[in-house]
Amino acid sequence: MALKKYYFHKILNGEFKGDDMFKLVSNFFALSILLITGLMVYELVKGSWLSIQRFGPWFIVGTVWDPVFTQTFSTLPLILGTLTTSLIALAIGVPISIGVGLLLSEYAPKRFAWLVSFLVELLAAIPSVIYGLWGIFILIPFLRHNAYPFIQSALGFLPLFSGPIYGGGVLTAGIVLAIMIIPIVSSVSRDVFTAVPRSQREAVISLGATKWETCKIVMSYARSGIIGAIILGLGRAIGETMAVTMVIGNKFKILPSSLFDAWYTMAAIIANEFTEATYDLYVSALIEVGLVLLMVSLIVNILARLLIWRMMKFVRGVVQE
Amino acid sequence: MVMQYELKTMYKFEVEDLNAWFGSKQVLKNIRMKIRDRKVTAIIGPSGCGKTTLLRCLNRMHETTPNARVSGKVFFNGINIYDEDVDPVQIRRKMGMIFQKPNPFPMMSIYDNVAIGLRLNGVKDRKKLDSIVERCLRMVGLWEEVKDELNASGVSLSGGQQQRLCIARALAVEPEVILMDEPTSALDPISAAKIEMLIRNLAKDYTVVIVTHNMQQAARVSDYTAFLYLGELVEYGPTKQIFEKPRNELTEKYITGSFG
Amino acid sequence: MRDSYSIRRIKDRLMLILVWSSLILALIPLFSILLEVFFNGVRAISLEFFILPTPTVGETGGIANAIQGTLVTLGLASLMGVPIGLMTGVFLSEYGGSKLSYLVRFINDVLTGLPSIVIGIFGYTLIVASIGFSVVAASFALAIIMIPIVARTTEEALKLVPASIREAALALGIQRWKTTVFIVLSGAKKGIVTGVLLALARIAGESAPILVTMGYWRWWFSGFNKPVSNLALNIYLFAISPFENWRVLAWGSALFLMVLMLGINILIRVLTREKY
Repeated sequence: MALKKYYFHKILNGEFKGDDMFKLVSNFFALSILLITGLMVYELVKGSWLSIQRFGPWFIVGTVWDPVFTQTFSTLPLILGTLTTSLIALAIGVPISIGVGLLLSEYAPKRFAWLVSFLVELLAAIPSVIYGLWGIFILIPFLRHNAYPFIQSALGFLPLFSGPIYGGGVLTAGIVLAIMIIPIVSSVSRDVFTAVPRSQREAVISLGATKWETCKIVMSYARSGIIGAIILGLGRAIGETMAVTMVIGNKFKILPSSLFDAWYTMAAIIANEFTEATYDLYVSALIEVGLVLLMVSLIVNILARLLIWRMMKFVRGVVQE
Repeated sequence: MVMQYELKTMYKFEVEDLNAWFGSKQVLKNIRMKIRDRKVTAIIGPSGCGKTTLLRCLNRMHETTPNARVSGKVFFNGINIYDEDVDPVQIRRKMGMIFQKPNPFPMMSIYDNVAIGLRLNGVKDRKKLDSIVERCLRMVGLWEEVKDELNASGVSLSGGQQQRLCIARALAVEPEVILMDEPTSALDPISAAKIEMLIRNLAKDYTVVIVTHNMQQAARVSDYTAFLYLGELVEYGPTKQIFEKPRNELTEKYITGSFG
Repeated sequence: MRDSYSIRRIKDRLMLILVWSSLILALIPLFSILLEVFFNGVRAISLEFFILPTPTVGETGGIANAIQGTLVTLGLASLMGVPIGLMTGVFLSEYGGSKLSYLVRFINDVLTGLPSIVIGIFGYTLIVASIGFSVVAASFALAIIMIPIVARTTEEALKLVPASIREAALALGIQRWKTTVFIVLSGAKKGIVTGVLLALARIAGESAPILVTMGYWRWWFSGFNKPVSNLALNIYLFAISPFENWRVLAWGSALFLMVLMLGINILIRVLTREKY
């Protein structure tokens, strides 16, 4: 309001100059980002209204997805599928990413680090659909014939690793997602590691610490940043669509019989069924799946950004001391 | 044999033909000096003269900075620490280092800050840790101030307290030498005075080498003073002599404040 | 003491090996993907591949219509996304520091991490619902993916322009907005170009939002209110199809897209390297 009054006053007095105009224009564009985000939430709610009215909160906790006969929709298995594949991705991808982050910030010589970060960023530049293509024709045959039988012969006594092997499935989706989150998690952890002040490393080196012990101090200093990086990776894994659709098998079931079994995720069901949805309620239910996905990834992203921001602020506070 | 015995008691360090570089820039040129056991040796000189680098060569910290290089010999207790089969990690363990700005570990408590060196060395016995932590904090005069908040973060203390905490941290691993790199430059005068008193006390049990840009401080705390200029050791001798009857013209000019 | 140190040393060596092997583990899939895409894709490359449209079963065909469609979609997306992203970047760097700018920066970062399929659905409910599956809807979704990338890189590029240049211009009596537009922006040209390239590379590979806003189309461009063919989406549809000639095309399209990505990434590296 105050701003409006200010400009109004200026215009009346003929003082409204190019500078004010420019500021107004850039303000307008910046505000449009907020507007777009707001509009997105509104549109998704509007689009899923039919489904929200019909199913209410049962949509989140129910375990039936039947577009053909009863036309009922609910998403608990999809949420579980999304979480399971994402957690597998974190379990495999995070240790590797933190290793790469440490390598880039602590171990590798500078020139070499430049090359490595270029290669890892290349991994981020590969389109999701090419991961899927590679997954279908290269990774799945390899896993089906080599890796999975081996895992099953070693760990087959666990229910998680028993049952028929198709090649595609929950574990395969987790592996592909792990590869896909490595670039973001490793580059953010590299950034938070290099943000740790040199004086911290020197303090512990001078106490007679080995390289690895120095790394442990660096990691404990940067822990909230690392958690931020991991959550950012989680956000990526949750929303990843095409690569997962192509390797997970796309079967709606409450729980898969093992990690080798086919399943579904929220993103995958949208990609797989959206163009085949033949009536309004079906489309509306798919949009509501999108809405749930939006909410989950909003929460995850906001959390990650806050953690990384806090860590960087913490660093600045200590360094200024 | 007699000579070797003498070496061990009188001199903690013998520096021979030490050269150091940052990239292609040479920062130390042919330094030769012997540092006496259980004495305070001050290294003074204008900024950029290489005094910090000299200090960091004594515990092989210099080589941890990117592009840094060293040549020459530094004998510590008669052993050349730049010998190929010497592990720098074990050398550093025998020397505590205090830095310009206090650098306690902010994610650790006061107690853990002091205990970390011992924990790295595999000491797990809680009673032993307790007693060493208390002893070290007492030595730096911090025990009475912090004994009720040992679990508070190390950065909750004031700047002077933080620096004393860092000294306690260095003392806990039972070093033979304390290396100090301008330890009071970031502190207020009262905190600085406390640290100076502490340095005098430490000299009873430890060899102390201190880098300082503050000549009064060198005169107050040290037994021996080395004057460094443009990477070369210009003059080295008993502090009294350096400050009252310097032999070198350059030293005299620096001491009297004509440059630097 | 000595024993505990030798254990520490072994641990140290072990971790050194683990850290390096984590790099190898990260690079194996990269090289596998690059090599497989190259060798499988090369089989598809021929003159027809570049000049013919999508074939029907058993015929020979190419990706010409998909290249055309992708260019049209990317062009329209840039027309919408670049100005908004650019101005937001200018706002963040020139008028940063206010509460509003923190909020905008935060939302911008959050927007970067949103799943592209969700943004696709937004395009669907807002545009497809009224005018149908179309280039406009797809471009709109891609533009929203572009905005935060362009905004962020523009902000960073502008911040790199030394304050002295800004002050010199202001001291000459040049108005602030003219300084920003003609002097600061042109000083940050390289960084801004990098940001736009980065955003283009990202959206050229997007297929999920295309699927829900445009769907599948095997013909040429016939108007902005109609769908067009798209390279990335074709890879998906061809890969899951049972037809051998389509699968070959999938690998060929993947190779084409990868060469494009690689080219853009190397260009970005060259552009940003000169800064240092």
